[in-house]
Amino acid sequence: MSKRVVVFDYGFGNIRSAERALARVGADVEITADYDKAMAADGLLVPGVGAFAACMAGLKTARGDWIIGRRLAGGRAVLGICVGMQILFARGVEHGVESSGCDQWPGTVEPLRAPVVPHMGWNTVKAPEGSHLFAGLDPQERYYFVHSYAVHDWDLNTTTDAFRPPKVTWTTHGEPFVAAVENGPLWATQFHPEKSGDAGAQLLTNWIITL
Amino acid sequence: MSVAVRVIPCLDVTEGRVVKGVNFQNLRDAGDPVEMAKIYDAEGADELTFLDITASSGNRETTYDVVRRTAEQVFIPLTVGGGVRSAKDVDRLLRAGADKVGVNTAAIAHPELIREISERFGSQVLVLSVDARRCPEGTLTPSGFEVTTHGGRRGTGIDAVEWAHRAVELGAGEVLLNSMDADGTKDGYDTEMIDAVRKHVTVPVIASGGAGKLADFPPAIAAGADAVLAASVFHFGDLRIAEVKQTLREAGHPIR
Repeated sequence: MSKRVVVFDYGFGNIRSAERALARVGADVEITADYDKAMAADGLLVPGVGAFAACMAGLKTARGDWIIGRRLAGGRAVLGICVGMQILFARGVEHGVESSGCDQWPGTVEPLRAPVVPHMGWNTVKAPEGSHLFAGLDPQERYYFVHSYAVHDWDLNTTTDAFRPPKVTWTTHGEPFVAAVENGPLWATQFHPEKSGDAGAQLLTNWIITL
Repeated sequence: MSVAVRVIPCLDVTEGRVVKGVNFQNLRDAGDPVEMAKIYDAEGADELTFLDITASSGNRETTYDVVRRTAEQVFIPLTVGGGVRSAKDVDRLLRAGADKVGVNTAAIAHPELIREISERFGSQVLVLSVDARRCPEGTLTPSGFEVTTHGGRRGTGIDAVEWAHRAVELGAGEVLLNSMDADGTKDGYDTEMIDAVRKHVTVPVIASGGAGKLADFPPAIAAGADAVLAASVFHFGDLRIAEVKQTLREAGHPIR
């Protein structure tokens, strides 16, 4: 039976692209902001484009932050993409103004430090050993990024044995930044798997099979 | 790890069909846009650009339909430009499946449109399309390059480099720099123009106009372009995308 995925429609994402890409890899996809459906789905995809503060405000209006938190508490899968990943961090800084995120992870989303911004185009990534998200993908594979902000410092201290450490994938544009995270039921990518051709499809498949 | 140089085929579309004419005149039919988009995707195109060249007079519904059908079948970024006049137009194109939207003439008349679009949808969706040429005799802008309208036939007296810089300050996330002198000539990109704009903007620059042979591509990147766009050389099979990428790789540029 195909897995049911809700693409969370809070007004800030390329929801059609995400829907088509998920359907392509065999998911039963619905675009909605309905609370019950978002809670009941096997997987919840949180897209996001534009500004951090605007996305976060939209997410809160739709109670998306609450839904994400409740799903994670129950061990239910959530995948954040682009700004949908950024808003999972503690805070974002845009034009010198700080705003709060969902705070699932510590860390600050801040402007990219590079000569040419946005970081727009296909880049390689450095996935950690044992990554499920990048399973079966060539280390030289490229993924489509388009963003002006990123998380440069991963602050979550997981050195104690009590934690299963999150798998953090990095890339570089000017300076290194977080390209993807796998942390229990919460996964996220700064790039756009739904726009990353066949590699992106493989990556979405890797998520779907965990649901 | 560094971002790859992008190779972007551009499909000039009118009435739901792909066309490309020399200097935007004498249009020739080169096929169905959705089928061509699939072929280019399979051949390794890094993005696709649709330019609706009859948008100002034609029926926009055909364009939305082409965008919708393309986005259903192609999983790489799609930029759509031509006749975009308002944030509402942008909204409709994004909803149809476009990832980025090119704005040209309407932004010249109303620069605040750039700010309006970027504030609502983010800079990353907004490509400023500049049709520029070397100033004809008797006119001069500070950079020596001038913005044109009407497919390059009409000069505006606006400095192309200053315009690109201002548009980026207003929120444009990328500049598509089309040399109207080089367009359709197959004599190579205008690398001086690329260099002049590159020095004054911090967003990605796409070189457009003039590609005719493989050797034309590396100089555009060397001059500062982040991406190269071409139309007719791809449509008529003169060059293949894989060949262009191989040429760029041999010149030392990262490619996908």
